[in-house]
Amino acid sequence: MTTFLGMPTAPRGVGHLRQVEPFPVAARRGLANTQMRRNLTKATGIIRAKRAAIVGEVPDWEQLREAGRAIKTETMAHLDHYLEQLETNVTAHGGVVHWARDANEANRIIVDLVCGTGAAQVVKVKSMVTDEIGLNEALAQAGVQAYETDLAELIVQLGHDRPSHILVPAIHRNRAEIREIFLREMGDADPGLSDDPAALAEASRAHLRRLFLSARVGISGANFAVADTGALGVVESEGNGRMCLTLPETLITVMGIEKVVPSWRDLGVFMQLLPRSSTGERMNPYTSIWTGVTPGDGPQQFHLVLLDNGRTAVLADETGRQSLHCIRCSACLNVCPVYERVGGHAYGSVYPGPIGAILSPQLTGIEDNASLPYASSLCGACYDVCPVKIDIPTVLVHLRARHVEAAREGRRLPRGEAVTMAAASWVMASRRRFTAAQRAAKLGRAVGRRGQIRRLPPPFAGWTEARDMPVPATMTFREWWRREHRPEDGARG
Amino acid sequence: MRIALFVTCLADTLFPGVGQSTVRLLERLGHRVEFPEAQTCCGQMHINTGYASEALPLVRHYVELFKPYEVIVAPSGSCVGSVRHQYAMVARRCGNEKLAQRAEGVAARTYELSQLLVDVLGVEDVGAYYPHRVTYHPTCHSLRLLRVGERPLRLLRNVAGIDLVELPDAEVCCGFGGTFALKNADVSTAMLADKMRNVVDSGAQVCTAGDSSCLMHIGGGLSRLRAGVKTVHLAEILASTREAG
Repeated sequence: MTTFLGMPTAPRGVGHLRQVEPFPVAARRGLANTQMRRNLTKATGIIRAKRAAIVGEVPDWEQLREAGRAIKTETMAHLDHYLEQLETNVTAHGGVVHWARDANEANRIIVDLVCGTGAAQVVKVKSMVTDEIGLNEALAQAGVQAYETDLAELIVQLGHDRPSHILVPAIHRNRAEIREIFLREMGDADPGLSDDPAALAEASRAHLRRLFLSARVGISGANFAVADTGALGVVESEGNGRMCLTLPETLITVMGIEKVVPSWRDLGVFMQLLPRSSTGERMNPYTSIWTGVTPGDGPQQFHLVLLDNGRTAVLADETGRQSLHCIRCSACLNVCPVYERVGGHAYGSVYPGPIGAILSPQLTGIEDNASLPYASSLCGACYDVCPVKIDIPTVLVHLRARHVEAAREGRRLPRGEAVTMAAASWVMASRRRFTAAQRAAKLGRAVGRRGQIRRLPPPFAGWTEARDMPVPATMTFREWWRREHRPEDGARG
Repeated sequence: MRIALFVTCLADTLFPGVGQSTVRLLERLGHRVEFPEAQTCCGQMHINTGYASEALPLVRHYVELFKPYEVIVAPSGSCVGSVRHQYAMVARRCGNEKLAQRAEGVAARTYELSQLLVDVLGVEDVGAYYPHRVTYHPTCHSLRLLRVGERPLRLLRNVAGIDLVELPDAEVCCGFGGTFALKNADVSTAMLADKMRNVVDSGAQVCTAGDSSCLMHIGGGLSRLRAGVKTVHLAEILASTREAG
């Protein structure tokens, strides 16, 4: 397989795509956070059950998944064409299209646009991509305050926290913690606020209403863009997104280039796949779709920022490019036994969980997120639920191989591991060497007690911290076979 | 039927009883088992840790050794999963299209034990006797890579004397994942803890599965905790009879 690696990846020093510490280290902190683990076990369990029930209602779910996969594959194969078509149609309907090579360019474009309006604050629709590029920080540096209006994003922003889930950014918080954050940070919360979910929602509603009515600029991401009409779409549950999309004079939408779909007809597939996979609903409460500018109705200035930020590099990898098919439903997070136990922060990127483990290292270049492809037991539960059939385990293994290849070239391979792997390969490639190794392994019986080894040296020490290891058998299978079956029975070999 | 056994390096060295049981079971059912003695390891560990070029000699070794056989069986969902779903990929990655095609041929004739029994040999009652309370863990690669589905349970339900009890959250990974258990030992242990809790909660005295590696993981944890539950490979249960347990 040839992999073209010449494409630029997402730049360092901006945005939220990179781990600050290796996954095993960050995961340890998540594992020790008992409140978060309780919150996550409960929340993912509920979403898993809802999704399973609602997907089970659809008799042709597998065909739908296949259709989603096929549309995405076709779109990625002709991405240049569809993006230019999108630009033409957005422009024809009064929008302005901006092309951003990376996070820095996108932030500069957006900051200039906002400052051009003279606004000192913007309201935001829940958006992964603006978090990917660190837009709020860039706006703050220019003196513009960005207000998150999605309830969960608001909780994260008020709590000076980081999102830990694609769909439910505050999934690691429970309602008692949310009440405490609101009382401390909101400023206008009723001191008698209870932790009843309805009361918490009402408090955020009152808090946000004032912002919606005064904001002059709204910023959103996009769930999809339709190439042949120029329509943009946002799918949400609360209606706060629609406030941001319709009330301000200026709307700026930032979109990863992979979000385009060829035609209006293709939306039908994704509008069935997305809500069932993400929230376990037949249909999401709010779907906002707009095409350019409509005189006298809604924002009169519309800007679309098309962002690459490493996506073309992902597209260049034959096996890895399917990662761009992701529609951000987060079904893979909710079924992942690793995610459920460590939480989203352990992945270090705005994209956590299984999809993050394949997407983040590809966007940044593997060397900057090197431990993420290994943050999986390869159990395959993610692949089973993915609505567009991204073969996450295969991509994980592929990225591990790419990492080993790159590290080998740069002489950065952990020596112990490389030597062990090379030695094991050499031994296992020969029957003679393998049986000699089996004889040597029997010496391990000396350190066992009652058939179990309780402590092993590195790199196996992690195993025996919590698990026993059986001692090698006194007689290997092949020795037994020789004893039981005369060699002439045993066929060639 | 003439059946070639790929015993797996793990069973050969650490769990020879699994290989012996596979042989006894198939011979009891009237088949002829052959053991090509040059066999070593499938290379799954290398492949899944990213060492594709180190795995290549092992892929080639397996493919060449088992090419002459019409039916090949291994008592391991993950080793068969690797042969079936990764071999051609590894060969292509290393630029060896010819090996990839040969690997595809051998892969299609390589079966996990429960697949062989139910799909190829057409048997669900193997005449076994195992008077113990047992719970079944469907290992990830058997379940989601090979799609063995209910086959192991159908075989177990026909075992005389068995008290088969359900494992809560059975389809959740035990946390082994090969070198994942070493590279991410803490996360692996957290997953293992939940699996062990479910095994203990099931009330079983034996936890069985179709893969020695997952059983080594679960069994290693249960042994450390002196939990009073042991792990036994599916082949060993199916090989047990009234005469010889």
